[in-house]
Amino acid sequence: MIRLEALTKIYPSAHGGAASVDRVSFEVGAGETCVLLGPSGCGKTTTLRMINRLVAPTSGKVFINGRDTSAADPVELRRTIGYVIQQIGLFPNMTVAENIGVVPRLLNWDRARMRHRAEELLAMLALEPAEFLDRYPNELSGGQAQRVGVARALAADPPVLLMDEPFGAVDPVNREVIQDEFLRMQKALRKTVLFVSHDIDEAVKMADRIAIFRAGRLEQYAAPDELLGRPANDFVAGFVGSDRTLKRLRRIAVDEVMRAVGPAEATPPVGAHTIGPNDDLRRVATLFLEHGVDTLHCVDAEGRVVGVVTRAAVASRLAATGDGAAARTARP
Amino acid sequence: MTTVAGGRQASPHSMLPYAVLAGIALAIVWVLVASGLWTDILRYRKDVIYLTKQHLVLVAASGSAAIVTGVALGIWLSRPAMARYAEATIQAVNMATSIPTLGKLALMMTLLGIGPLPAIVGLWIATLLPIVRNTYEGLRAVPGHLVDAAQGMGMSPRAILRRVELPNALFVIFAGIRTAMAVNVGTAPIAFLIGGGGLGELIFTGIDLQEYGMMLAGAIPTALLAVAVDFLFGQAQYWLVPRGVNPLRNI
Ligand SMILES: Nc1ncnc2c1ncn2[C@@H]1O[C@H](COP(=O)(O)OP(=O)(O)OP(=O)(O)O)[C@@H](O)[C@H]1O
Ligand SMILES: [Mg+2]
Repeated sequence: MIRLEALTKIYPSAHGGAASVDRVSFEVGAGETCVLLGPSGCGKTTTLRMINRLVAPTSGKVFINGRDTSAADPVELRRTIGYVIQQIGLFPNMTVAENIGVVPRLLNWDRARMRHRAEELLAMLALEPAEFLDRYPNELSGGQAQRVGVARALAADPPVLLMDEPFGAVDPVNREVIQDEFLRMQKALRKTVLFVSHDIDEAVKMADRIAIFRAGRLEQYAAPDELLGRPANDFVAGFVGSDRTLKRLRRIAVDEVMRAVGPAEATPPVGAHTIGPNDDLRRVATLFLEHGVDTLHCVDAEGRVVGVVTRAAVASRLAATGDGAAARTARP
Repeated sequence: MTTVAGGRQASPHSMLPYAVLAGIALAIVWVLVASGLWTDILRYRKDVIYLTKQHLVLVAASGSAAIVTGVALGIWLSRPAMARYAEATIQAVNMATSIPTLGKLALMMTLLGIGPLPAIVGLWIATLLPIVRNTYEGLRAVPGHLVDAAQGMGMSPRAILRRVELPNALFVIFAGIRTAMAVNVGTAPIAFLIGGGGLGELIFTGIDLQEYGMMLAGAIPTALLAVAVDFLFGQAQYWLVPRGVNPLRNI
């Protein structure tokens, strides 16, 4: 668990002593992914780097698992926090295996264990270990390099992961693929993740919580559903975009809005499209619009009808924004 | 696997200049033998052996001292604490580099007298400068975000220098060392002029006496030494600089 308390950074060179990060407080629960979102220069990177003390806060505190990080030795602290920098930063003089082994080596793991760990991580990130372990960074594509960057941050299994636009330098298609891989991995690993992005779609997709920044200030801190459903002010509303309702659909699962029914109570008309309980509402909305229907039947993996989704149910779910409604949100 | 294959492919490239040189050398030897100069040269065999040893001591002592001190000085200047003085120091180094080596040797002679010691010190200084400059520039050219990433992962400043900064600057540092050693080997014969001994003795005396055999008896081993030293450091550069940051191995 990470807690920021009135965290502030004023760079000495800043004219007029303007704060780059201004009294930011929020808390990220253990195993949660928090996305720091906002326009360029709003203080996302600075906030992230105050957590592993690459930037010394001007004032305010950071607690990790209740421990004040200013009391820790920064070098030791950083070995327990995975960090993916904005520029990827793989060491060109080291192979992929050596890059992944940097922190394990600092922790005096033996060779066999480091090698094994590198293989395991590459496989987890969909890179064939035999093919990539002994490559140098200049022999990787941008997307491959970013995967290795993530693997390197995960190497020593740190409980906390800081990622600064880790998927920035890949094309949209590959970006979706890496995001999906990361979500799958995160589901198993349950790291506490702080993830910087300036892409609202990425944030909505990845985040349990979104912290939206403007000029060093935290404008809103909320779950994606609430942020999209009830933007705190005009800036947030403008940033999330006028299609925010469409964006919300991604994170609401069918089984949240369906009325459960037994197979005996309802049978879908022959040839009608059906949905699964874990589909998100984008698919439901698409089918509503495409086929002009008001009702869809939800079937389980065996093809048995388990519920019914109506337009009215979707509308009332969208109207009910807030803590209760966001209790369970869809994952792709 | 690719390492070995890449290495084997690239090697002949770096060997090519040496093959050309060997061809030229053979032609020269043929001319010497045909003209009868060869027998003149062979008369100085004993001197050549004795003076070559002296010469090697001059080169090895001044060269190794220059590499150790030059790299150390370059590293020191590149540290953040030195940032305020580093640029000015490097400017001074650049200016000092432009003083001809003969001038430096003469300066050493006025300070330290004659003999091998002032010669070694003079050669050391002449050799030092390119190494300092390249070490400093090479380290400064290492992208800041690499150091940043290393720091962020909990590397100590020492580990960052040893495992990130130096390996990434090594190619440029080696380029400096090769230049420096070419200067060193090239000017070592002049050491004779301030009593440093070495093969310069045969060359300069041969010139004075218009004894071409004697002159060549000094000049040929000097040339061979220059080629050998460059070959040695060329190979070291090729094999010691990690493949990921070695332009010679990334063709
Ligand atoms: N080392 C520094 N010295 C002075 N000012 C800095 C420094 N680093 C950042 N800043 C300033 O602090 C503000 C926040 O910078 P930061 O890098 O945190 O932004 P960001 O939100 O990560 O932006 P981006 O999306 O472009 O990466 C900017 O105005 C920037 O100019
Ligand atoms: Mg940034």
